Amino acid sequence: MGRQINVALLGNPNTGKTSVFNRLTGLNQKVGNYPGITVEKKEGVCTLERGLKAHILDLPGTYSLNASSLDENVVIELLLNKNDKDFPDVAIVVADVENLKRNLLLFTQIKDLGIPTILAINMADRMKRKAISLDIEQLEEKLETKIALISSRKNEGFETLKQYITQYASLSVKPCVNASSIAPEYFNRLEKAFPDQDLYKLWLVITQDVNFGVLERGALKGIATFQTESTSNLKRLQQKETIARYQFINEVLKETLAIDTENAKDFRSRMDRILTHRIWGYIIFFGILLLIFQAIFDWSSYPMDFIDSTFAAFSEWTKAIMPPGDFTNLIAEGIIPGLGGIVIFIPQIAFLFLFISILEETGYMSRVVFLMDRSMRRFGLSGKSVVPLVSGTACAIPAIMATRNIESWKERLITILVTPFTTCSARLPVYLIIIALVIPEQRVLGIFSLQGLTLMFLYLLGFGAAIFSAWLLDKVLKIRSKSFFVIEMPNYKVPILKNVMITVVEKTKSFVWGAGKIILAISIILWVLASYGPGDFNRAEEIIAQQTVGQQLSETELETKIASFKLENSYVGHMGKFIEPAVRPLGYDWKIGIAIVSSFAAREVFVGTLATIYSVGSEEEETIRNRMAAEVNPVLGTPIFNFASGISLLLFYAFAMQCMSTLAIVRRETNSWKWPLWQLFAMSAIAYIVALAAYQFLK
Amino acid sequence: MHTLASLRRGQRAIIKHFSVEDVPLKLLEMGCLPGNEVSLVQQAPFQDPIYLNINGSHLAIRKATALLIEIELI
Repeated sequence: MGRQINVALLGNPNTGKTSVFNRLTGLNQKVGNYPGITVEKKEGVCTLERGLKAHILDLPGTYSLNASSLDENVVIELLLNKNDKDFPDVAIVVADVENLKRNLLLFTQIKDLGIPTILAINMADRMKRKAISLDIEQLEEKLETKIALISSRKNEGFETLKQYITQYASLSVKPCVNASSIAPEYFNRLEKAFPDQDLYKLWLVITQDVNFGVLERGALKGIATFQTESTSNLKRLQQKETIARYQFINEVLKETLAIDTENAKDFRSRMDRILTHRIWGYIIFFGILLLIFQAIFDWSSYPMDFIDSTFAAFSEWTKAIMPPGDFTNLIAEGIIPGLGGIVIFIPQIAFLFLFISILEETGYMSRVVFLMDRSMRRFGLSGKSVVPLVSGTACAIPAIMATRNIESWKERLITILVTPFTTCSARLPVYLIIIALVIPEQRVLGIFSLQGLTLMFLYLLGFGAAIFSAWLLDKVLKIRSKSFFVIEMPNYKVPILKNVMITVVEKTKSFVWGAGKIILAISIILWVLASYGPGDFNRAEEIIAQQTVGQQLSETELETKIASFKLENSYVGHMGKFIEPAVRPLGYDWKIGIAIVSSFAAREVFVGTLATIYSVGSEEEETIRNRMAAEVNPVLGTPIFNFASGISLLLFYAFAMQCMSTLAIVRRETNSWKWPLWQLFAMSAIAYIVALAAYQFLK
Repeated sequence: MHTLASLRRGQRAIIKHFSVEDVPLKLLEMGCLPGNEVSLVQQAPFQDPIYLNINGSHLAIRKATALLIEIELI
């Protein structure tokens, strides 16, 4: 084993930091979470030379060390904790050549912590077109570090960067801005109180409203007196610090950076004139949304159909080649359909993240936030809520994670609480199968399919519910939070294919491993509960034989009778019977009751459960749809899935909070059980009442 | 007294002053500093939010924040 050095990759958002990470590590990366919080932790390994490797940690993008979000806290907590196993031997600050001035602010802060810091100036390929010239040698001298001019798009400059990482030990760690020069009086007092502490670090600890659980507090006794210094005074000092840093940067860049501004009037402003236009901007945005929906519903149906039939065939094939018995049944009827239920969502999730990552990479997403902010604010949301609400149509989990960049806590909380109303891809299979059963295959005005319109109505209903409840929450919630909003409008860029692909693969993987595990486990548990039972279950053949004495029944008729008797008396049958009184007023029978109960873990389980329930013990291969259509109410003799019960079921699924994973994410993002429980209760109550009203009215 | 909210397309101005209490530090860190030149790139309907070019830094802020920032037209 060779030596390994710890490298932290830092930088402002929109500097191409992630593509630098992808270039350095290739596919040699793993994405996880920081313990206890849902901030993504990306790390990878890069070989520098023989026997020397770099462990590279891609830290969340941040504008400065003054944290204002969870993501930014991660950065400062790591950089202040020398005992962390990831504490960097060397830091790389990635900067965008077109925004060098602003990007250098973070660079000076990190260098001032006494960490060797390399500056990587990215997008060097744009310098010529933008008429930017840089005197690298002089800049290196002034910043007292090494600077690599790189281009992750063209894969240039990375050998130099690696070489600098290798030689990190020779880098100067002299601070750029002397902390005590910012406010001499204050810092002298601080120095007297803590003679052997680094002033800048002390200052960061005092001003940050973060939880430094891991920081050695012992050495900092008495710091509270400095913290109680009036907050406005601290704020003024922070402002002074920022201004002092910018003065230093201006001084440095005055002689080293030249931009021919005449040349910079360009593509960007022409694009902005159209894309953020008060009319065209919206038309284009809705056009793009339409395209995304088209992809999710139409294009992905081809791979989905293929996956569906492949798994059905695989299940049949397994039954045919394996010896009959419990084990074969478990595999063919429990595990394989369960796996199929996960894989089938992959095309939709991949398409959604393909679009989202392209929109992010090009810089268009910020324009959407700009366009939508005002209208969203009317409902207590932020322009930045658009991304979560749109992503929510794939899955609420990444969507809720995407709320993190909303600065105002109230706007962020409301976004988290209402996002699960948007129609996620897990609701889609439930909608599709019920719509196919209860909505006639007709056309309206000769073009629009009635079934398609119903589906669109359900999507609009989800959005409507989200917006309306946001408005209501905005009125009800008494949270005082400053609603400030600053968003960078990055340059337009052609997306780098590799970045887009890595995002799609990562997100799909996290769905398969995250939600997939739950779905598979529930499918197996359900199969077991449906295949075994107490008492009469085990004497099914005897009992049916007694009941049918004297009747002329064929072999198959007899078997069907036994199978349905078994299901009714299985464990799951008993559970369904138990809750039947609660769901009967909504028009459901005990089988649908079981499906609803099991979908409280995850909605997509509904179809799987019905598939399991209806296929347990039946021999012939038949689609779930036909079986569901054939279900008859034993008392009335009418189909179970009729118009009234179907609509009631659709509405129930539109509103109910039936996803354990979402609840778990909400718990983590809000750091309390209060909000997810509240969400669970309120959404389920709305779902029950609306479904009840619909059934009773339509019946 | 002019504030950023009254800036029109084609006008240029210098940021004069704002209260530390009300304007978030993040805005400063992103380049909105007293003494910097600012111009308007685009306005969303109802002039809110506004899209600014501050000395090469492209930012969008809400009208409420813009009202807190004093400017001098040049």
